[in-house]
Amino acid sequence: MIDLVFAHPYPKRSRANRILLNAVRDISNLDVRSLYDIYPDFGIDVESEQAALLSAKLVVWQHPLYWYTAPGLMKHWFDKVLARGWAYGEGGSALHGKLCQWVVTTGGDQEAYSATGMHAFNFESFVPVMRQTAEFCGMKWLEPIVVHNAHRVSDKELHAVGRDYRKKLISLATEAQELVVHG
Amino acid sequence: MAEHGLLVDAFVYLAATVIFVPIASRLKLGSVLGYLVAGCIIGPWGIKLVENVESIMHFAEFGVVLMLFVIGLELDPRRLWAMRRAVFGGGGLQLLLSSVPLFGVAMLLGLHWQAALVASLSLALSSTAIVVQTMNERNIQATPVGRTTFSILLFQDIAAIPLIGLVPLLSDQASSESGGPVWLSALKIIAAIAAVVVVGLYATRPTLRFVAKIDSRELFTAFTLMLVVGIALLMSFVGVSMALGAFLAGVLLASSEYKHALETDIEPFKGLLMGLFFIAVGMSINFGLLSTAPLLVLGLLAAVVGFKLVMLRLFAPLFGVSKVQGILFGSLLSQAGEFAFVVFGVAREARILPGNWDAILTLVVALSMATTPLLLVLHDFLAARKTTASKREADVIDSELAPVIIAGFGRFGQIIGRLLFASGLTATVLDHDPDQIELLKPFGFRVFYGDATRLDLLHSAGAGRARAIVVAVDGVDECLEIVDIVRANFPALTIVARARNVTHYIELRKRGVTIIERETFEAALALGRKTLESLGVSPYEVKERSDRFRRHNIAMLEAILPHMADASKRVSLARQAREELEEQFRREQQLLARPESAGWRLDLDDADDSEEAAE
Repeated sequence: MIDLVFAHPYPKRSRANRILLNAVRDISNLDVRSLYDIYPDFGIDVESEQAALLSAKLVVWQHPLYWYTAPGLMKHWFDKVLARGWAYGEGGSALHGKLCQWVVTTGGDQEAYSATGMHAFNFESFVPVMRQTAEFCGMKWLEPIVVHNAHRVSDKELHAVGRDYRKKLISLATEAQELVVHG
Repeated sequence: MAEHGLLVDAFVYLAATVIFVPIASRLKLGSVLGYLVAGCIIGPWGIKLVENVESIMHFAEFGVVLMLFVIGLELDPRRLWAMRRAVFGGGGLQLLLSSVPLFGVAMLLGLHWQAALVASLSLALSSTAIVVQTMNERNIQATPVGRTTFSILLFQDIAAIPLIGLVPLLSDQASSESGGPVWLSALKIIAAIAAVVVVGLYATRPTLRFVAKIDSRELFTAFTLMLVVGIALLMSFVGVSMALGAFLAGVLLASSEYKHALETDIEPFKGLLMGLFFIAVGMSINFGLLSTAPLLVLGLLAAVVGFKLVMLRLFAPLFGVSKVQGILFGSLLSQAGEFAFVVFGVAREARILPGNWDAILTLVVALSMATTPLLLVLHDFLAARKTTASKREADVIDSELAPVIIAGFGRFGQIIGRLLFASGLTATVLDHDPDQIELLKPFGFRVFYGDATRLDLLHSAGAGRARAIVVAVDGVDECLEIVDIVRANFPALTIVARARNVTHYIELRKRGVTIIERETFEAALALGRKTLESLGVSPYEVKERSDRFRRHNIAMLEAILPHMADASKRVSLARQAREELEEQFRREQQLLARPESAGWRLDLDDADDSEEAAE
């Protein structure tokens, strides 16, 4: 199972995220949980979110970058779902050994994310928060898929990224499946 | 032989009903006309299957009594009190407006003033039986026209009592031995009404409880019928209209827990006897007399129906009825009623009406009852032409918008409509109440006046092309009927439904509706949040609690759904709702008791601390 946690407040207006999501959404055993669609009032159902995570081997976090991190509801999801005693702390081992794939789109280009650019830091400087969140919960962090310049990049390029994204998820899922079979 | 005669008669009536009523309904003429035609055909002037019209009529009047009892059950004393101005003001006005021109006509025809007075007053009264049956079939009782009309009918039922008492007083012969002094009969009436009130308020409910406990359905039905028959007899004994007495008894039982059970038990008897009553009216149409004096009879008929209709149409605004609805209003009340039969009978005995005038007037009354369904068909035809004419102008906008139909634009549907409007969408609105929706037209809403349970209306409202229908009508039965019709005829239309309560919610879920909101749940939850906040619990924590409560509550409803499918229909709705409430309490208790919800119990000490800190 793949648990794809997707956070975009206006999913129908997002070109980049829509193309990426459409590239993978029909993979078998993949469960897309579009947080803003399920919890428009921010009332996250913690039990069902945790159940979805438990049944997955691979966890995907896909969202646009808002203020150098995840959109508000996704952050709220971290706060509520990755609870102490469940995801970390004493008895908190629910996510141990799962794989974590981060898929993020940004508005700026490479140049903006540099010491001299408008964001003053290179993109890699903003990764540790996400990465440590996953690793603190015992998940294995995979190389992120990052789409810069999401407003201007062409459909063609987005579809190309989408194809790679799809291939990666399928191969990771097969790998995880084999792990289950052999392990 | 006698029993056979009874069975043969019963068979004739039932067969006539089964044959003619469906034909009339199919032709959209209303069942009343079907019964009337059936009566004409089987009666003494038709194929003579039945001869004894008067005794049948007398028996069938009990249908009107049962009908008034059922109406009374729907009106508790408080609602009745609120209607007092409409009843006495509107009713008095109608009687005045209708009887004055008819009095003039009677004087012109050379009748004595006493005869003219009796004739004009009794012809001014309308037929409760015909009007209520017609309003039920058209589902317009709850509209302003329906409410005003009903108030007037109620006044007429009351006014008939002094009118019947007045007749002997006007007689030259002054045969006072029949009645006795006026104060004595007034005293009798007051005593009888007091007896009904006392019995209705104090004795009936315990008795009903006792009878219901025995748990025999026939016994309950028998008791109910006995109650109504008893009241009717008592009332006719003291000279009050039986129907009025039954109405009073109904009102007194309106707030009792047996209201629905009484209604269900009486319903079939009421329906059949009402049918018999209309058949009897049909049978009493004297075609012999019609052929000997056609001009006089038809002229009188035109005068009665014409004046009653036109006066109400002209003065409709005085009754709080909009001008558009004036014709419907006038047509509904245009016929003369069953009280006229009684009054003419009394007048004949008191020798007030000369010659064969009582027969002529009785014939006019019966004919006027038959004109009402025809007038209404005509009204529908004209109204439909008007709407198609005005619809043509709107058609252009039509095709591109109104993705939503809102059925029921009361306090609830209105908010939905306003949210859509604020989002740049217009909706097609279906409602009974023309005054309330009049205000919508300037804002580009397409408004259809009428009953959303009618398939043709849904068609013309564009249900075939719309995306969603919001069913926000007040009545549970009406709502479910609309849902059934939409599911059967417009399967692509998304149904969004307002549920009045849990029972309604479950009925909707059983029909596969998934988008449902209970009308009070969210508002109560919001106020519950504010209650907790006022105790000092932090607002966000309160929000999470209410989110969780909602989720739990909905899951619980979904869990009990399969068990509700086979619930016996016999269980009264009120009892069913009560059981569901108990079940909800039990399950919410379990939520608290679950080990993983240890933190769910609210510790109010926090709140106390914060208060101390504040001091």
